[in-house]
Amino acid sequence: MKAASMVPVFLVGFLLVFAATDFPEWGNPQSPASDSPVSSHFIGKTGVDTEVPNMVTAVLADYRGFDTMFETVVVFIAGMAVLAILKNSVKKGSVRRDHEVDAEPDLIVTNMVRLIVPVIQIFAFYVLAHGHVSPGGGFQGGVIMGASFILIALSWDLETALARFSLNRCMGVAAAGILIYAGIGIFSMFLGGEFLDYAELERVLPVSREMARYHAMLGVEIGVGCTVTAIMFALYANLSSEGKLEGGL
Amino acid sequence: MGLELFNTFILLLLVAAALVALKVRDLITASVVFGIYSFLMCLLWAEMGAVDVAFTEAAVGAGISTVVLVATVFNLKRKSSD
Repeated sequence: MKAASMVPVFLVGFLLVFAATDFPEWGNPQSPASDSPVSSHFIGKTGVDTEVPNMVTAVLADYRGFDTMFETVVVFIAGMAVLAILKNSVKKGSVRRDHEVDAEPDLIVTNMVRLIVPVIQIFAFYVLAHGHVSPGGGFQGGVIMGASFILIALSWDLETALARFSLNRCMGVAAAGILIYAGIGIFSMFLGGEFLDYAELERVLPVSREMARYHAMLGVEIGVGCTVTAIMFALYANLSSEGKLEGGL
Repeated sequence: MGLELFNTFILLLLVAAALVALKVRDLITASVVFGIYSFLMCLLWAEMGAVDVAFTEAAVGAGISTVVLVATVFNLKRKSSD
């Protein structure tokens, strides 16, 4: 049986390698992806339209803002689903796990974490706020921010981390993130544009149409960052304790 | 030439990491090897100029995914006795 299953594996593997030889060369400007009018439009117009130097962020948060909004909603729904499943399956009494040891939080580890967590969080804010200019943005900044809370939960225990960022607050922040994103979109509708048409925000912001798009992108990135931070931590807190929200790993 | 050598080296390490992750018996070791795999992918993305993707791969693939995998392994109960 094992040998028989190897036949399709090698057959499909061979087909994939064979198909890959037909790909255009890496960095070839004539390849279909680079040659399409859409790419040249973004490459030529992004800086003029939005004044954002990082094209990736501009495409993600502005040209394809609708897509990114529902990506954020997907992250939110994933967190809700894990909560809904684990909340109902909480068993009373703790089961001793295979790897578990009884020990106090380690002195060296906790003190190192005490030093490093503020640095991680400031870096997360930098990544979030600097996403237009350099690589980064809401998703990466949010994940780094969530990781700092997970680090606290790993080196002390879940109670210590949840005292700083409780699960109720997590879900509030996650919902607020999506509301910020959709709110900016609806606000630009009220100002006479279409949904997520950031350029219309120039009526309330004292800046040009291009800079209005620049600043609105920062706004939606903050929304994405809030949702991702909260959901990442809520996912870890629930998955690591089977929904019981107690104890270390 | 230098870049090609770098790419070949990283790709060979990727294959090695994938095989180790499949072959190793301990699940925690396998999770950590998956983290190494993600970091190698991150290096490749960065080398190809897709720094945004590399950033996401480092944060999500190597960071959070490894932690979630390890958390899951810690909650598994051993059934077989090997």
